[in-house]
Amino acid sequence: MFKQASRLLSRSVTAVSSKSATSRAFSSELPSTLDSTFIESWKKVAPNMDPPQTPSAFMKPRPSTPSSLPTKLTVNFVLPYTSELTGKEVDMVIIPATTGQMGVLPGHVPTITELKPGIMSVHEGTDVKKYFLSSGFAFLHANSVADIIAVEAVPLDHIDPSQVQKGLADFTQKLASATTDLEKAEAQIGIEVHSAINAALTG
Amino acid sequence: MASNAAVPFWRAAGMTYISYSNICANLVRNCLKEPHKAEALTREKVHFSLSKWADGKPQKPVLRSDTPEV
Repeated sequence: MFKQASRLLSRSVTAVSSKSATSRAFSSELPSTLDSTFIESWKKVAPNMDPPQTPSAFMKPRPSTPSSLPTKLTVNFVLPYTSELTGKEVDMVIIPATTGQMGVLPGHVPTITELKPGIMSVHEGTDVKKYFLSSGFAFLHANSVADIIAVEAVPLDHIDPSQVQKGLADFTQKLASATTDLEKAEAQIGIEVHSAINAALTG
Repeated sequence: MASNAAVPFWRAAGMTYISYSNICANLVRNCLKEPHKAEALTREKVHFSLSKWADGKPQKPVLRSDTPEV
């Protein structure tokens, strides 16, 4: 806290002293959204210190829920290493929720759902892009924005069917020979994931 | 419906969501075709060097890696 205060203090002092030389503002300095009476009384008490910045000064508020239904769904689809879709406007996405495949259209009820290994398809007109997600979460907001977060997602044509068959056979055998609960669960996950990939490839 | 169960089977076995999702992701990565598979697996590699601080000096760093030494 004090570290912050001294930083702000030194910044405002240098800003005042070198105002004539360089009046360029720091990129982090945003127009204050605090109310004017607060700023006046702050300046009385601490004339050399900038008024505090609040998170609302740095973060844009979420777009409000429009009264009429938008025709497109805005999708943000992120992985740990990349952002596959950013603010992309599509017609529909079908996500593999734990409760079953879920079609999301604009104006969907706000929901948070866990995703199971399965196929996600992004429909854009007649164009359908299919991904296989390992697991993750989807956040569907009231303003027709869907945030989809997955650990690993691959386009379907990157999957090698022979590897899938091999994995499925491997884990079926492992489940039979598993002794502890943990080993059994691991084998079970293996079977589930591989059968999901198999179903995605054949179906 | 599977989600109506009190806990999923992996949770009952003492696994956390993080380990469950990492296992799932690893299995998916292992099912990829070749150029993509190598790419996905190298992306997941983690290594770090660790050196203890003793007598005011850092000691010889030790390299820790999740990929076995070749």
